Amino acid sequence: MSRSEEEIVRFDNVGLRYGTDKEVLSNIAFSLYPGRFYFLTGASGAGKTSLLRLLYLAQRPSRGAIRMFGRDVITQPREKLPSFRRRLGVVFQDFRLVEHLSAFDNIALPLRVSGVREADVQKPVADMLDWVGLGNRANARPATLSGGEQQRVAIARAVIARPDLLVADEPTGNVDPEMALKLIRLFEALNRLGTTVVVATHDVHLLRKVPDSLIMRLDKGQLSDPTGALRYPPRNPMPASPPNAPRDGRR
Amino acid sequence: MSKPPVMARAVERGLAPLIGRRASHLLPRARLGGPMPWVIAIMVALTVLAAGGALALTNLVDRARADLAGGVTVQIVEADPVLRAAQADRAMATLRDHPGVADMRRVPQAELEALIEPWLGGGVRSEVVPLPALIDVRLDGEVSQASLDNLRSALAEVAPDARIDAQSDWLGPVFSAIAALRWLAIGLIALLAFTSAAAVWLAARNALNANRSTIEVVHLLGGTDGQIARIFQRSVLIDAALGGVVGLVLGAIALTILGAQFAALDAGLVQGGGLGGFDWLLMAVVPFAAVAIALLTARMTVMASLRKML
Repeated sequence: MSRSEEEIVRFDNVGLRYGTDKEVLSNIAFSLYPGRFYFLTGASGAGKTSLLRLLYLAQRPSRGAIRMFGRDVITQPREKLPSFRRRLGVVFQDFRLVEHLSAFDNIALPLRVSGVREADVQKPVADMLDWVGLGNRANARPATLSGGEQQRVAIARAVIARPDLLVADEPTGNVDPEMALKLIRLFEALNRLGTTVVVATHDVHLLRKVPDSLIMRLDKGQLSDPTGALRYPPRNPMPASPPNAPRDGRR
Repeated sequence: MSKPPVMARAVERGLAPLIGRRASHLLPRARLGGPMPWVIAIMVALTVLAAGGALALTNLVDRARADLAGGVTVQIVEADPVLRAAQADRAMATLRDHPGVADMRRVPQAELEALIEPWLGGGVRSEVVPLPALIDVRLDGEVSQASLDNLRSALAEVAPDARIDAQSDWLGPVFSAIAALRWLAIGLIALLAFTSAAAVWLAARNALNANRSTIEVVHLLGGTDGQIARIFQRSVLIDAALGGVVGLVLGAIALTILGAQFAALDAGLVQGGGLGGFDWLLMAVVPFAAVAIALLTARMTVMASLRKML
């Protein structure tokens, strides 16, 4: 199997503009490989959120091609896109928890949307709540949770359905350094199970916390790849197996 | 951080649709707190009233037509009471042997005077105001131009001052007016259906705007347009059903009261305008139609709005 066949996301010459303004993203070209941990860095306004919106299929690019899980998502009919989105987990910068739902129901949402039987929802969600340390807050509404707790609910919701690709937009932006580290460890744990992780952050200290991570840097809408591993085709030969290759034989 | 739980490998996707209680609590609701059920209740009540009116008018026309179908009035318009009585007697004798005449009666003088009393007052003497002699004739079948011509030629010699008219002709303008009223009621029903759809459209748009963030989240988590539309449809279904039942009850009560008041008039023509069992059955369909319109409108509105998202 060639490297290009393994990639789960590939951007080719992607540009994005809002209305008639100049492009906020220009000539974006990269590939994401399964089981890897990526940081997307850049100053505020560099276009990180715009790039993530393209990744989690909230936005169509103005130009270029995007392939995801081996399919061209730009030309896919709308009704096919939910099946792609169900393979993604997204941690939004503003969490986007459903205010009138409990922590439990917020986390259960992706499973219910995906059509998991109600009997099969209860235990995974309860386990997930315990995992993120909110086992005793299952019935709490988001408004009654602290910022860090909301963050953890948002993360639990993003990972509950075992996504193939997890996209997190500034997931540590609203929490103290200790909680930030905990969250990154949580992402690493998920990554070890085989999920590809993309974390957007402007916190350069965070990058050092995950030594095997790959870095994409955005500057004024242009992407650079300081690790040398992201460009398609890769600038340097890829390692025989990804550093965070899954260990449970899932892939 | 401990190892993540082995979660739904679990995600055998698409096994259970997002319906029922699973979907219902995605949208916050205050049942009967919003205007939707009450708007639909009012629309259904008005539609039931309009439909009841149209059906009652239809019954009235049908019964009046049936009553008058074979009716012919023979008037002997002669000022001289002796000649008038003689012509009336001869006409009665001729009609008695005329083929096609099922029944007849001469309208008594007292009844004639009672007929004109509302206009001329009581105690009018026939020698002062000559009244025509009236013969009420029933034919075997419906009155046609041919049967009228037959009667005219039969009476031409024995009662030269006889005027022969089909009774249904006299009520022709009334029937036309009632037909116009019936069309008005049908138009009103169509207008109410359109207004109901518009109300649901507005309510669905408001609900969409109020719940936009929830919808976007469900959409980005992989919810399909159909799933999201069904969440709204379920909400609209409950509102419309509640409103429909309330509206039907209100409309039925109003119709019953109106019917009782018209019945108390004891006026011949109005007596024919009651509602039968089948009519009530038809009106019971109105809430179902309202629910169907509401569901269809909600679905179209939500789907059109969702199509604007990627």
